[in-house]
Amino acid sequence: MAIVRRNLTAYGFLCAALACFAVFAWYPMVREFVLSFQKTDLINPPEWVGLDNFTAAVQDPAFGQAWLNTVEFTLLALLCGYAVPFVVALVLNELRHARAYLRFVVYLPVMLPPIVAVLLFRWFYDPGPGLFNQVLGAVGLPPLAWLDSSSTALISLVLVSTWMNMGSATLIYLAALQNIPPELYEAAELDGAGILKRIRHVTIPQTRLILLLMLMLQIVATMQVFIEPYMLTGGGPENATVSVAYLMYQFAFSQMNYGQAGALGMMLMLALLVFAALQLRTTREDAA
Amino acid sequence: MTSATDVRASARRRPGRARRPRPIHVQFRTIVSPHQLNSRWGRRIYWLVLAAVIVLFTLAFVFPLYWMVTGAMKTPEEIAEMPPSLFPADPTADAFVEAWDLFDIGTLLANTVYYALGAWLFSMAVDVTAAYALSKLRPVFGNVILGAMLATLMIPPMVILIPLYVTIVDLGLLNNPWGLWLPAAANGFNIFLLKRFFDSISRELIEAAQIDGAGPVRVLWSVVLPVSRPILGVVSILTIVTAFKDFVLPLLVMTDSEKMTISVGLSQTAGAVTQNHVMGGLVIAGIPMIIVFFIFQRHIMAGLTAGSIKG
Repeated sequence: MAIVRRNLTAYGFLCAALACFAVFAWYPMVREFVLSFQKTDLINPPEWVGLDNFTAAVQDPAFGQAWLNTVEFTLLALLCGYAVPFVVALVLNELRHARAYLRFVVYLPVMLPPIVAVLLFRWFYDPGPGLFNQVLGAVGLPPLAWLDSSSTALISLVLVSTWMNMGSATLIYLAALQNIPPELYEAAELDGAGILKRIRHVTIPQTRLILLLMLMLQIVATMQVFIEPYMLTGGGPENATVSVAYLMYQFAFSQMNYGQAGALGMMLMLALLVFAALQLRTTREDAA
Repeated sequence: MTSATDVRASARRRPGRARRPRPIHVQFRTIVSPHQLNSRWGRRIYWLVLAAVIVLFTLAFVFPLYWMVTGAMKTPEEIAEMPPSLFPADPTADAFVEAWDLFDIGTLLANTVYYALGAWLFSMAVDVTAAYALSKLRPVFGNVILGAMLATLMIPPMVILIPLYVTIVDLGLLNNPWGLWLPAAANGFNIFLLKRFFDSISRELIEAAQIDGAGPVRVLWSVVLPVSRPILGVVSILTIVTAFKDFVLPLLVMTDSEKMTISVGLSQTAGAVTQNHVMGGLVIAGIPMIIVFFIFQRHIMAGLTAGSIKG
């Protein structure tokens, strides 16, 4: 009897959370699956269309480009957003002065609403009076077209994205670095390991788990890039910056074709799940 | 050993001029050993790197914000000038006042604060009770439920954005704050942080309260919550900041111009006004979060590392 009562109270406490998760977290996953096989415009009753949404999504002229861009964006963002924070954290951890200031400053952009960072950089990228071209001009370099040229638009988006996001990765690495037992460095030094060898044989193995975790988190985060193309380029020029998430948004809200957006969402989910599974396997092998 | 160096140092020291530089104090050992750091070259390189990092960081992270604030203080003509002026020739606060009216920032800011505080109150109520039930009352299938809640962390928000939007439309929650508050409460990360902290509260403490005749509600309110202040602070700040910064869901759900958040409002109007007004709007939109950061820096940094580093 006591057990029944305890369970009843427990579920009483849980019911609000269960309802929220059921309707706004679990059900949408199921709904996405259903949606991708239906023709839905939220006005007429939905009808089953089989795989039509998938074929239509794949045949969209921007489909291939969107995936290419997303992969390219992710790789570039990894280069900037994964390696740079780690190196920055390594350097910051060695410094004995101004630590509080440096940590504060690197995290400042993360606190700003993304729209502030994005609109600020849109002004910096202005080919005329924008800050970047003015600086280039001041040091005698030719101006760049930044967002207006298909060759530089994507990297410009990566730059904003790195600026506004790298603070959190840096601080997470910094915390991980501070957890490394100092004896390990002392032992490595006694064995005659130089600074680079200490990094390779002590620092990296000791932070390996967090490095792997952050790699996964970062890939998943950058694969869904949306606000940068939405605000800065609208996917242009010539689809050079259309991301999968942005294409999904367009399917749904420009073409009012929620089913097709759902189909693309399913593909993105699948890609990310395959990736997460691979990642989980490497982490497990690593732990074993 | 020490005395020998002291003797040598004092022998070299001339009156009125301290020759030996103060050693760099090393509180904890890192990659570079204290000995290396305090060698003659180590010290030079250290100060050089320190100076370079400070200059670089200031340029990279503070200067853009300086440019934003001074940009807002320039006239539309001055802001379009080439080359740009480093200091506004005649700094005015007009752009802030005009941007306030142009964007209707009063309404936007009030909306955003209202949504963020509502999301905070509602998700605290929902997530704290759920985490308490999962941690202390331990119902059957508790672990399954916890697993299912944590599994949602693996699903990137953009991926379920469309079905989430469709669900919100079906429930008739468009332009209704509950359309933001209810999804905000379904936060697996909050549950994870809270449950882990509640797990660490000793059983004796709770049993003592139960012997005194306290029911589950009373135990939660008078025993668990008071000792959980640190984690409640972290989760609160995390929830408020996330809600304030959120862009995509408010973009889809709060479409009435009377009900938009500040981020969405700025994004809709930014193309139609002059650059100094845009900057004025951005400064106003950024200030609340900067103030929050100044005050709650420790909570924010604790929240950042709480999930990723287990003791």
